[in-house]
Amino acid sequence: MARPVRFNTTPILATTADAVGAVEAPPGFTGEGFFTTQLSSVVGLARKNSIWPLPFATSCCGIEFMATMGSHYDLSRFGSERVGFSPRQCDLLMVMGTIAKKMGPVLRQVYLQMAEPRWVIAIGACASSGGIFDTYSVLQGIDQVIPVDVYVPGCPPRPEAILDGFMKIQDLVGEESIRRRHSEQYKSLLNSYGIQ
Amino acid sequence: MALTNQYIQEKLQEKFGDLVSNFEESYGLLSFEATVANNLKVLQFLYDEPSLQFQFLTDICGVNFPDDAGREISVVYHLHNLAENVRIRFKIFVPVAAPDVFTACNLFSSANWMERETYDFYGVNFVGHPNLKRILNVDEMDYFPLRKEYPLEDQTRIDKDDEMFGRG
Amino acid sequence: MLAHQQQHITLPEGSIEKQTTTLNVGPTHPATHGVFQNIMELDGERIVSTEQTVGYIHRAFEKLAERRPLYQITPITDRLNYCSSPINNMGWHLTCEKFLGVQTPKRVDYLRVIIMELARISDHLICNSIVGVDTGAYTGFLYVMQYRELIYEIYEEVCGSRLTTNIGRIGGFERNFTNTAFEKLEKFLKEYPKVLKEFENLFARNRIFMERTIGGGAISAERALNYGFTGPNLRAAGVDYDVRVHQPYSSYQDFDFTIPVGKTGDNYDRFLVRNQEMWQSLSIIEQAYKKVQEFKGTDAEIFHADVPEYYLPKKEDVYTKMESLIWHFKIVMGEVEMPKGEIYNAVEGGNGELGFYLVSDGGRTPFRLHFRRPCFIYYQAYPELITGGMLSDAIVTMSSLNLIAGELDA
Repeated sequence: MARPVRFNTTPILATTADAVGAVEAPPGFTGEGFFTTQLSSVVGLARKNSIWPLPFATSCCGIEFMATMGSHYDLSRFGSERVGFSPRQCDLLMVMGTIAKKMGPVLRQVYLQMAEPRWVIAIGACASSGGIFDTYSVLQGIDQVIPVDVYVPGCPPRPEAILDGFMKIQDLVGEESIRRRHSEQYKSLLNSYGIQ
Repeated sequence: MALTNQYIQEKLQEKFGDLVSNFEESYGLLSFEATVANNLKVLQFLYDEPSLQFQFLTDICGVNFPDDAGREISVVYHLHNLAENVRIRFKIFVPVAAPDVFTACNLFSSANWMERETYDFYGVNFVGHPNLKRILNVDEMDYFPLRKEYPLEDQTRIDKDDEMFGRG
Repeated sequence: MLAHQQQHITLPEGSIEKQTTTLNVGPTHPATHGVFQNIMELDGERIVSTEQTVGYIHRAFEKLAERRPLYQITPITDRLNYCSSPINNMGWHLTCEKFLGVQTPKRVDYLRVIIMELARISDHLICNSIVGVDTGAYTGFLYVMQYRELIYEIYEEVCGSRLTTNIGRIGGFERNFTNTAFEKLEKFLKEYPKVLKEFENLFARNRIFMERTIGGGAISAERALNYGFTGPNLRAAGVDYDVRVHQPYSSYQDFDFTIPVGKTGDNYDRFLVRNQEMWQSLSIIEQAYKKVQEFKGTDAEIFHADVPEYYLPKKEDVYTKMESLIWHFKIVMGEVEMPKGEIYNAVEGGNGELGFYLVSDGGRTPFRLHFRRPCFIYYQAYPELITGGMLSDAIVTMSSLNLIAGELDA
């Protein structure tokens, strides 16, 4: 028995008119030939639509990430066309897959090599909390070794879920205050992980 | 002549006599036990003998029987004769106090990592192994995790409550 | 004279003068191979020796399995070779069925063959396209990823999940294949052969690809057998050992297919063997689909064997009949006891002979479960394959061996 279709029953036909979208300008004051707004809004707008992710793919979630990068679910729509493998050049550390205790120091070293501002997204149940592997050899969540911004649950999360997590990172990046990385709160967060 | 389990058993008993024992046939696979000191001789015999020719090492693993005094750790070899399509299993039992077994690395190159894994999980000391160190676990680990006396979970974790899992 | 004296360079006190460079490749690689590390000693571009470290994703599957009843172990087997997880699941179910003496009906066997061969295509697609990426040809990878999505849609229709499928149950499947599943299968069978032909045309007679891959990572049949190779890597070396033919399971003997075999065991042969295996898998799926369609009427409704002790009864029966209620309770609470004994059973995984060695002492969970993982065993041969070659060939060899980290470490 076929299941009845419940969603998207009146699909809107795509036209070339909405193929190219323009990003909304941040709130500000416009006049003839000038536009004033907060510096953090403009910087955030630029950063969030051009994030360079570092895929730290260890296991099954890595294959779902490969599917997200493919043309069906396309991560590059969000500006991350260029995935880098060098931490010195990347903004976003995407940890996908189980991190074992043997791998923990490696992950930490990769995080330390990234330059500020840097964000971390933990994709999958194993990266968030150890997942189904409550064993002696698995790190129960990467937040034991590095600070994490967004957690995406799932085993493995669907590509749509990964994109949703990525969009939440974009929200964080867009709203971030210029002074956050020098604030006491951030410094104490890093200190709690033993990072200078 | 097809290689039958009966024939293999006869050849082994003829060559080794009392050193091989406990012949069982489970799900079509002949399984027997050999003494610890003779494991290499049995492997070599199964390899060289023209009618047997078990020249493919499928697997080596360990099993821990904590209740069997003097025979706590068992090393199980699975061999395969690809030409005749016959498999065989043989086991040796070592006491946990002195788990020394001769290495099969000189005969089969695939035994190298399989024995390292058995050492890593059970602490079986393979005598003559070129590089016997831990392979899957962290090098600093000081116990052998797959032995039955050790728990599965990491006891130092604070975010999960064992009470909730019924394992207080 | 020593090199630094000739060039008037003063080295600091206590330095070691070496002729080779130490290069650490991994555990974090580009191109998502998986987490394993090779510390290589290079003389210029040539590799002198290498030492491997594995275990960066050791998740203790074997110890975890000692805690779980049989049907709860299937999700763990998913995560072994996660590119082709249905094969691992089916292999585990076949082991349990052989151990418990369960006989599956023919229709279940044919459906299982369809799913397993789809998984094999999915695995070989990733491997071959990643070999292309490592030689610089990114297009092939992005192109075939779209068609892997079609395979994922078929899995989703049958079991609900894309990648780590937990597909099937002991005795059969959890639900009958819907008409949508068969429609998606037909769509795949119609669209995919053209794509595979195009993919093959991109690489098989491509001058650059051939020059990059021919000769690299070669291994002879004797050394391969001694190293315990199985699967496409062994077949590329010239030995036609395939568990589907030698010890047929799930009615593989009813199908007509050939086993492609290579000659030199180098990277090019491995690519071609996997490519040809995909064609053979397509042919097997078409034959299986035809056979499945021959079941009509009530026969077409059979999707599991009649084993109430291990297969959850229908909910209508659980609410109305006493025995079904008891079986349901026993199965869900994990109180079904296994017979005593031990079994070793193997299936042909994407990488070779995936074996399950199960020892049971009559309890509710296995006493010992060991996975014979093909990747772990043939990765030992990697130093022998690359010594004397160049660094870029070593990278291509690594990807053409199809090393999946989940299967390497378990």
